[in-house]
Amino acid sequence: MARRILPGFPLALGITLVYVSIIVALPLGALVFKAASLGFEDYWRIVSSPRAVASYRVTALSALAATAFNLVFGMALAWVLVRYRFPGRRFVDALVDLPFALPTAVAGIALTTLFAENGWFGSVLAQAGIKVAYTPLGIMVAMAFTSLPFIVRTVQPVLEDLDPALEEAAQTLGGSDHSIFLRVILPLLTPALLAGLSLSFARSLGEFGAIIFIAGNQPMETEITALLAFIRLEEYDYQAAAAIASVLLIAAFLMLAVTNILQARALRYTARG
Amino acid sequence: MSASVKGRPPRVGDAPGFRRALIGVVLTLVAIVIIAPLAVIGYQAFSQGLQVYAAAIAHPDTLHAIGLTVVTALIAVPINTAFGVAAAWAITKFDFWGRRFLLVVIEIPFSISPIVAGVAYLFVYGLQGLFGPALESADIKILFALPGIVLASMFVTAPFVARELIPLMQAQGRDLEEAATSLGASGWRTFFSVTLPNIRWALLYGVVLCNARVMGEFGAVSVVSGNIRGQTNTLPLHIELLYHDYQTAGAFAAASILALLAVVTLVAKVLLERQGAGRARRGPALAAPAAAPKTASAEVSS
Repeated sequence: MARRILPGFPLALGITLVYVSIIVALPLGALVFKAASLGFEDYWRIVSSPRAVASYRVTALSALAATAFNLVFGMALAWVLVRYRFPGRRFVDALVDLPFALPTAVAGIALTTLFAENGWFGSVLAQAGIKVAYTPLGIMVAMAFTSLPFIVRTVQPVLEDLDPALEEAAQTLGGSDHSIFLRVILPLLTPALLAGLSLSFARSLGEFGAIIFIAGNQPMETEITALLAFIRLEEYDYQAAAAIASVLLIAAFLMLAVTNILQARALRYTARG
Repeated sequence: MSASVKGRPPRVGDAPGFRRALIGVVLTLVAIVIIAPLAVIGYQAFSQGLQVYAAAIAHPDTLHAIGLTVVTALIAVPINTAFGVAAAWAITKFDFWGRRFLLVVIEIPFSISPIVAGVAYLFVYGLQGLFGPALESADIKILFALPGIVLASMFVTAPFVARELIPLMQAQGRDLEEAATSLGASGWRTFFSVTLPNIRWALLYGVVLCNARVMGEFGAVSVVSGNIRGQTNTLPLHIELLYHDYQTAGAFAAASILALLAVVTLVAKVLLERQGAGRARRGPALAAPAAAPKTASAEVSS
């Protein structure tokens, strides 16, 4: 271990550890403790109940659909921002972060109003027979909105740093734009794309504020897992709330592990290029 | 103007037709996905005229919610900032066992659903929680009161300041501080005269993002606040209450304040990025785990 030259180590580390223990570790520990005190049979009964399983399905499928939408839209958005010059580009670039800056409850009521049957978009879609608000489609819209910036912001820097020589080489060899994109550019973007995808998916799994307004919240159909935990709490069924929250916690830790592995790979990849 | 960026041969995707079509499609989607929600907030807030808007804002419950939100931010943000600076100082200026693990723990709140955070706090300070009974007999109220709201806000924003500072301070190394100390400057003097000027924009950047999240937090706070109208309702919770009461104009009037805060945050973000903030960590701004800082290249061995 190196000598410590600079002062302030005990104070700085002390503050950090106290804060992390009280603010982060203590509550998460309490939740795990509460869920663990249930005993395996009770725990399993709660987390495998049909209503809980239906909520996992709705949450995971909507998150997948939202992430798929963001994959295409996010990549197109990053591409346009990096590769083309057009009036308003900087403005659009700044707007990309709006979903992170806008409080989720505000996003929730705004999206619900837009997609309700008498809303700006809802009324148009209703003529085509598509219902968004109060259906799983609405959950997907809310998730896509709140997690949009992830893919744009992970792909953008990689796209900026892409060496033009690679494309030029492919062009000299007679490659079409289409094949150069698929065979040269896309493989270089893949690590960043995967990292962005996992962040986007993880955020969608845990999202609450934006969704509950637009979802309709019908048990078995449009009820997300986070809401089910909240409902159990309001019913004073604390054990069930702890168990269901612990499922979300486990999912979050799994996604965190996946994200860290993908990001480490993305970093190594960039460093090599 | 050529189709591509000036002075370069055409690159992949620079064919004029394709370029125009892609820009058109993307901008249309931006208008639908990002601009329309912002526009509908303004439209709904003022749909019944300026007087209704002013009356909705001036309603005592709304004013109370605004006050509570501001007070929460005034407590949570400075404490968070102190923590962020301390954590960044410990992690970037020293080598110690468990350093990488600490980095991961600080980032955990980003990955966790706000609802899980709220439920977890209930099992610490609630009646059915670890300290609940003791707090009850001592007559200390944490849940369904300001302390609970502040604690939950501090959980969800714990990484905000630290993650802006750590990559930057990592990249800046320890040379300057070590020089200052060897010339006899005290620790505080070194921090305020040497470190702080180098990190001020990144620090402010972290504070701005942290503040936006504290003022807008909904899920975690809705679990621990108890939603008592005129007492423990922060602005986002008050918006939900008005919305479910079918007071649409009032809900959107309250929402317009937070939307304005979001726009101000975005403007501040752009201005601070021009000063170089947010560069060290190139990634999503408000909610993503940062890429692990590269230690090997940036650290000065001592």
